This record gives sequence, C-alpha cells and structure tokens, in this order.
Amino acid sequence: MKYAYYPGCSLECNAAAYDMSVRAVADLLGIRLVELDDWNCCGATEYFSQDELVACAVIARNLAIVDPQLDQLVAPCAACYLNLKKTDKLMAENPEMNAKINECLAAGGLRYRAGRVRVRHLLDVIYTDLGETALRDKVVRPLTGLRVAPYYGCQVVRPLDGFDDTEYPMKMDELFTWLGAEVVDYPVKAHCCGGHQTQISEPQAFELIRRLLDSAVEYHADLILCVCPMCQLNLDAYQGRVNSFFGTDFKMPIVYFTQLLGVAFGIDMRKLGFGKELVRAEPVIRAKLSGALATGTK
Amino acid sequence: MQYTPRTLFALINADKREEVLTANTMWYCVSCYLCTTRCPQNIPITEIMYALKRMAIREKLAKETPAPALAKTFTDLVERYGRSYEFGIATLYLALNKPLSALKMGPMGLSMFTKGRLNILPTKIRNVDQLRAIVEKAREIGGVS
Repeated sequence: MKYAYYPGCSLECNAAAYDMSVRAVADLLGIRLVELDDWNCCGATEYFSQDELVACAVIARNLAIVDPQLDQLVAPCAACYLNLKKTDKLMAENPEMNAKINECLAAGGLRYRAGRVRVRHLLDVIYTDLGETALRDKVVRPLTGLRVAPYYGCQVVRPLDGFDDTEYPMKMDELFTWLGAEVVDYPVKAHCCGGHQTQISEPQAFELIRRLLDSAVEYHADLILCVCPMCQLNLDAYQGRVNSFFGTDFKMPIVYFTQLLGVAFGIDMRKLGFGKELVRAEPVIRAKLSGALATGTK
Repeated sequence: MQYTPRTLFALINADKREEVLTANTMWYCVSCYLCTTRCPQNIPITEIMYALKRMAIREKLAKETPAPALAKTFTDLVERYGRSYEFGIATLYLALNKPLSALKMGPMGLSMFTKGRLNILPTKIRNVDQLRAIVEKAREIGGVS
C-alpha cells in the first residue's frame, strides 16, 4: 500500500505528535507514505474568504505535484483533506473553473487533470484499506478499560460524499472497538470545535469548545480522540483559557487517534509524541491500561 | 450576531445589499457545513457565506470584525513562505488587531513553546516563486466571487 502523503503545516510543529504517530503507525501497518515534495499550505479557510480562484489555485498546486506513479493522496488534517478534495471535485464538475485553475497552474509550469488523484483522509485509509482483521492482528496492548470519546469534528465528514455519516459518523467508533476500547457514544462528536474563531471571537469559540468538553465529561470519557490538528489545538491548548473563562475545571486529555492506535500496537509512547499535549494524557492511559502496558515492550 | 442566517437570506432576497454586506453574521460562520448537509433545498449555505465574506472584503464593507485582517495576515505569510507561519500570525495579527488577546495568549504561547509546539522561525518551500506566479496569475484572471 503506497500513498502520496500531504502532512499539512500544522503537522510540522504544533501537531508534531500527529505526524510522529502517523508515521510510526503507518510503518507498522505496512502503509507507505511518500511525502509530497515541496508541498505548500492549503490556505485553510483563509483564502476562500478572500478570493475563490486564488484559493483553488494554491490548493491545486499540491494536486499537480503528486508523483505521477501515485494516484492517492492522504491528508491527516481535516481542513487540508477538505480543501484538496473540494478543489479536485470543483475542477471535475466546473469546466470554467477547471480551465481557469489550469491557466494559473500553467504560470508555474504545472497542470492537473481533475480526478487523477483520489484524496483520502487518513482515518478512511486505516479503516477501509486495512480493515478489522488486519488491525486486530496488530494489537499487543488491548485498550480494554479505557473509555474514549471519538471526536470527528466537521470537515472530515462534511460536506462532501465522504466515507462516513455526516452527522453520526461511526468509523472511528468501530475502529477503537476493534482495539478493545470502550467507546463513548456522546451526542456532539461531529460538532464544530470553533476553528479559527479562537482568533476572532473568543466567547463564540470558547462556548463551542466548552460544549464538547462538557459532553465528553458527562459521558465519563477518559480522553478525546482527534482526527484534525485544529480540533486538537482548540480542545487541548485552549482548555486552560476555557476554564478561566467559564470557571470550569476541565482536565480532559486530547490525543490524536493515531497516538492511541500506536499504544494498542505496542509502539513506545515517546515515538508517538505523547507529552506534547498541554493536558497530559499519559497518566490516565497508564492508570487504565496498567496491566497491558507493563507487558508491552515493542 | 446581528442577523440569523435566515434573516440574512431574507435581506438578500429583499435586495438590501448594504445591510447584508455590513452584517457580522457571515463572520461567525465556522465553515462546519452542518447547515449545508442538512438543508432540504440543497442550498450551499457555507459557500454563500464565503461568497458574502469575499464581497464584503472587496467592497470594503467588512468593518465589525477582525476576520479579514486574520485572513490577509495568514495568506500574506503563505505567499511569502509557502507554508503557514503560526508565530507570525500570532505576532502580526493579534498584536495589531487584538492586543488584549495577545497578552492573554502569552502564557499559552509559552507552554506551547516549551512543549516544542511553536516554531519561532518560518519554514520556506523551495519553489515559492512558482507558488507566487500561480497566485499572481489567479489575481490577474480574477475570480473574487
């Protein structure tokens, strides 16, 4: 299994734990990720609020530089995934935009044929292309005893015809059930984390973050699992600010789904980037999985 | 929020152009697409919100929000380096537009730095000139809304 890999800017530093755990888990599962050479930022939501053509052209450069030998591009970030997929779809369905975007790419000596690259989110690749049997086979430390709240957020499941339900996604729930975890069925798993609103309107963003944390606590989750660096940043790094704003006392660890996959597969927690989260996850994981962790030495 | 999305769309239908474009409603949109996937009439509400943001910026009517400044700071840095530059955004955008927030961000920024999650220096791609040529062409052709 070989895929082009688009890490996205967050994974270079603020979400380094995601990148580390993605690479470690992919290695163990035999998924070959070939990082796109000299990829550029997808622009997140910031170009789309200024100029649609510039937004698409910037994104399309990444599609155009995918190795011609590869036909699938994997993104671990929800915003990158949506942008890449949305642009490819727009080019396939809108001949005028397709021509304009290619005219822009030509200014950089590039071109892209819509539909050539299939854009996938990493969760989809692990769930679909590996599947239950292959994943269960790799488990050396079952996650039994750990209550996890899978958090999908917005842009992995919406708005395009994706790999999961747009409002009640289940793929990550199933995945972690295979690994022995107790999965919390809480009602806000596909609600928004506030995205960039932390920079624009704190009261709005903090309320969205509070609702998610509150719901996970209400359902007795030990930790929240993320599939997007923006979600992890908002829920983890802003948790202290949210606590001061509302007078709450949340201490909810927020980790990437690949980090916990790595734990189940017996990968060293340091290699999975644990310790980079502001609300520490390791103590609760060690407490709940004490027996299993003690024997895992891989 | 000045108007709910429903009221905003009613104002569009009533041709209240200035009321619509000066409203802060679209700037509260987090692009979560929940409305888009739920709408029984298949109206691409999130995309309309984006289009309203673009029109408001182009016509210089977006005044009630720092969001256009954030967008501009973000994309200027992308065009300079080819990658997003979080520390640059924090310093340039927050210090200029929301100094109070910048102060409150201090301790969090320090924690992020200590955990190795905040790069002080930007990463630059090799072919940033190629990216700039593409962006320049896109601006020249024009595709604002």
